[in-house]
Amino acid sequence: MSDAARTPVRPAEPAAFDVETMRREFPVLARRVHGHPLAYLDNGASSQAPRRVIEAVDDYARSHHANVHRGVHTLSEEATARYEGARDRVARWLNAASRTEIVFTRGTTEAVNLVAQSYARPQLRAGDEVLITHLEHHANIVPWQMVCEQTGAKLVVAPIDERGELDPDAVEALMGPRTRVFACAHVSNALGTVLPVERLVASARARGIATLVDGAQAVPHGAVDVRALGCDFYAFSGHKMYAPTGIGALYGRESMLERMPPWQGGGDMILTVSFERTTYNALPYKFEAGTPNIVGAVGLGAAIDFLGSIDLRGAHAHEAALLEHAHAALAPIPGLRLIGTARRKLGLVSFVVDGVHPHDLGTVLDQDGIAIRTGHHCAMPVMDFFGIPATARASFAFYNTFDEIDRLAVSVERARRLFGGDVG
Amino acid sequence: MDLQDLYRDVILDHNRTPRNFGPLEGSSTDVQGSNPLCGDRLTLHLRLAGDRIEDVRFEGHGCAISTASASLMTEAIKGRTRAEALALFERVHALLTDDAAAPDEGLGKLAALSGVREFPARVKCASLCWHTLATALKSPAPDAIAAVSTE
Repeated sequence: MSDAARTPVRPAEPAAFDVETMRREFPVLARRVHGHPLAYLDNGASSQAPRRVIEAVDDYARSHHANVHRGVHTLSEEATARYEGARDRVARWLNAASRTEIVFTRGTTEAVNLVAQSYARPQLRAGDEVLITHLEHHANIVPWQMVCEQTGAKLVVAPIDERGELDPDAVEALMGPRTRVFACAHVSNALGTVLPVERLVASARARGIATLVDGAQAVPHGAVDVRALGCDFYAFSGHKMYAPTGIGALYGRESMLERMPPWQGGGDMILTVSFERTTYNALPYKFEAGTPNIVGAVGLGAAIDFLGSIDLRGAHAHEAALLEHAHAALAPIPGLRLIGTARRKLGLVSFVVDGVHPHDLGTVLDQDGIAIRTGHHCAMPVMDFFGIPATARASFAFYNTFDEIDRLAVSVERARRLFGGDVG
Repeated sequence: MDLQDLYRDVILDHNRTPRNFGPLEGSSTDVQGSNPLCGDRLTLHLRLAGDRIEDVRFEGHGCAISTASASLMTEAIKGRTRAEALALFERVHALLTDDAAAPDEGLGKLAALSGVREFPARVKCASLCWHTLATALKSPAPDAIAAVSTE
């Protein structure tokens, strides 16, 4: 991949997957930016919505909206059926044992905070340990730091190497007698590394350590089976898998959720309230205080229906081919360094270019109609590890094309020349 | 909106070869500025002699806009009084944010920053060093200044 002399050979588009047909399902992909067709390569930050999601949200707002779990009137029943129908879809999508194991949240961040505050906080004692990894998103660092401060527990961080990989032996060596929680990403948002979660979760479980997997970057790129994985908690966001923002879910093993106290108090999470005593609702409602994001859940349900209706295997194969092509197209650019070269990667390529700050790169690319993310990707410890303040990150969805990646490479080269890089 | 409006030759030159870059011996005021959103960080070193900025240098890392803006700023304020430098801050601030800003007359090379106005996401890059400067100059006790942030 680092052979600069090699001309990237464009792999044939997998015959089974027709990207042009797929693109027509996503209305925004038809727009232009600064006079160029939009090349949306920022899916790791947020993906675009297909027609089916947009129409489900529209239909709900036009015809069915009311509060859920409250009224006996028709609209309330319709809204409840759609909201709970979305929960059924999420449960099936993740292969949860029961729909009661799916708690709707604002997204991955809220799901991690829920587990940190409701599961970890009541049981952590001074000297206990929470184990995470060096490549976590801030959403899987800060909630644990907060609960450690609250309880006197210690945050332990498993190291990564220069490839951005995790050595499972090293992680297991850090699982000690005081380790109470092990939390890690399924796929790194800054590096694309796929973590060996199956092995790590099994190792943690064997030691009686509770496990949480941050699946935000994994759910868009592959099937997730929480029972096969064996984790206690799995968190993800809807808006990275073609659903609207503000909705996500926490999967929690029922036996764990049962013994956790509610996190937030309010309506919907109670059975009875008096000033002396409140009894809490059953799972999962115990964890859903207040009127939820009903329309978001409807959109998430529609996104899952959409994913169930396409050739997902072909789509994921296409994404893998896009990633391989991106590596081949970018690697020959003089002065370009890939950040994150794990042997198992998914969905994205992070890089820096000598003499070109990622933000300048982002502006130049935007002028060419190419949307990428630039910055620290909410993973400052990863940036510190590689000794850089920021990277440029192109992240892919199955509606992206090889041509868009070729445009990315041309535009990066243009930026490099603009800022005075060697002609190379 | 044109890329050449943003990345004018003066900007590219000052990014490639920043002026007054590095530590400053005998500095009287050292203030850090940061843009948490993009990770830009700079430290501004000033040597004040009475009311006058006798010398100024900067260190840190940032994008081309932020580096060039800081480099241009150091050239523009060296030898000026506090009041003159603060007046320049006001003019540059207007140049970066106000479409109805007064013409660039008298701004010299700093006028090259006017293209930034068309790129709202980049205004903070250009203004970081100036806010850091203004904070340093306005503080009665420079040693007590906390770091400056654009957020």
